[in-house]
Amino acid sequence: MRAALTRLTLTDFRSYARGELALTGGAVFLFGPNGAGKTNLLEAVSFLAPGRGLRGAAATEVGRREPGEGEGEGRPWAVAAVLSDADGETRVGTGAEPDTARRRVRIEGEPVPPGRLSDLVRLVWLTPQQDRLFLEGGSERRRFLDRLVFADQPRHAAAVSAYEKAIRERTRLLTDGPNDPEWLNALEAQAAEAGAVLATARHKTLTALQAEIDARSERPFPQAGLSLSEDWHSEGSGERLREALARGRARDAAAGRALSGPHRTDLLVNLREKDRPAAEGSTGEQKALVLNLVLAQAARLARDPEAPAPILLLDEVAAHLDPARRAALFDEITALGLQTFLTGTDRSLFEGLFGRGQGVRVEGGALEPENG
Amino acid sequence: MAAASPEIERLISLLSKLPGLGPRSARRAALALLKRREQLLTPLALALADAAEKVRSCSVCGSPDTQDPCSVCSDRSRDATLVCVVEEAGGLWAMERGASYRGRYHVLGGLLSALDGVGPDSLRIGELVSRVGAGEVREVILALPATVDGQTTAHYLAERLAASGVSVTSLARGVPVGGELDWLDDGTIAQALRARRPA
Repeated sequence: MRAALTRLTLTDFRSYARGELALTGGAVFLFGPNGAGKTNLLEAVSFLAPGRGLRGAAATEVGRREPGEGEGEGRPWAVAAVLSDADGETRVGTGAEPDTARRRVRIEGEPVPPGRLSDLVRLVWLTPQQDRLFLEGGSERRRFLDRLVFADQPRHAAAVSAYEKAIRERTRLLTDGPNDPEWLNALEAQAAEAGAVLATARHKTLTALQAEIDARSERPFPQAGLSLSEDWHSEGSGERLREALARGRARDAAAGRALSGPHRTDLLVNLREKDRPAAEGSTGEQKALVLNLVLAQAARLARDPEAPAPILLLDEVAAHLDPARRAALFDEITALGLQTFLTGTDRSLFEGLFGRGQGVRVEGGALEPENG
Repeated sequence: MAAASPEIERLISLLSKLPGLGPRSARRAALALLKRREQLLTPLALALADAAEKVRSCSVCGSPDTQDPCSVCSDRSRDATLVCVVEEAGGLWAMERGASYRGRYHVLGGLLSALDGVGPDSLRIGELVSRVGAGEVREVILALPATVDGQTTAHYLAERLAASGVSVTSLARGVPVGGELDWLDDGTIAQALRARRPA
């Protein structure tokens, strides 16, 4: 079977004092009223990958709190799962004590660095916040892009953090001194090397993703044309970046930040059939466009025999699709055979998955799987 | 909780400043010391006093030792034309465990980090440059960590030492001894490929 969570246990996570769910793989649709804890469950799953989960929360923020308890009073929390694939079962767990910022990860009971999770679990998610992807500033889209790249090439995170660190160091030196040209040279060399690596990784993922989107033209979803606003990836870009940083010292010192480099690159998305920027499409078109992009990513990752099959987290996606697109979505995730968590307030939204997926009612911090 | 006596509190607060110890583990350590007064607490106090009295930084390489110059710097059988630059004495000890290096050392005392306020003047970089400028050194081997700070420092040192004409090298990065290719990350493989050599 494809890599899937077959058991999920939440302890003092967000609204759950304790939650347990046995899963069969494939589609899981969670339904229940607003505030019942559907997204919290998706967030719990998202902590099974390295990073800060789908809400970008710190490990200290997600421990359960009683009404009236303030921030920082959260309980120690844990998310444990059994991951099953063709090779058998793996026990994975993560959690944190309130007084330690770092979350702990265990695989088969052994403490491991969180990065090891990417050997076991890959996630692709879509949340309502991403509906505004094309209307917001470039930083949101850059984060979205980097997450796509990271799921594809886990080492991308190391290049991003090395690059950001070198740029931060350089900015501090430019603003607070000392003005030490050799030190700046050294930092710019580090930034340029990491910057070229990260830009190349972005370009590689984007090219592959575009090919996947192009191959999916028969589906009832708008197609995205993807490009990057700047080229820091082609031959010699490391040297170009180093020169650009060296030239920009006075300007960057005055601005208090680096004004050129791949940390400024924007992800440009076009609506293919209308040949217009995605931001000019209707709200519905934009949602469907991002969904198609995310599905293309999942389909592509699913074919990689070297890495675990991705798990999809689709928060509040079904409600915003027209019936034809919703049916196409359900068909697609069924055909991909990937474990997919969907949420919605109404059970009837998921009619197209009845008999093909597993329904779970979420209400008052409790999880009740439907029979059959 | 009733407060511990000021003596114990002070012990805990000092222990908690040690690397790897937080307030919680410092309390455990203090308790372990107090419970084993004869076997641990008194001998540790004596060892600390002894170290405080006798250990100094070597005026040549900066490593801690009871003699100055340190035992490596004053060992005439060691090659004075080779200087291996390490971040802290821990790097020196690791190299010495390997027992394959017969040159001398230079302990920087840290790495360049603008964000932490560590500049060239807070490190023993000036000492390295004058040591190299004195003429005996032929090669400087940079044995610094493969992190942004480590590599920035390495790059900086290479530039500062360029004028001296000595050869500046850095430790190779790649396939570890006894390592399987299959288990290496892409970055290490790329490094190893770049650093390949005739078999």
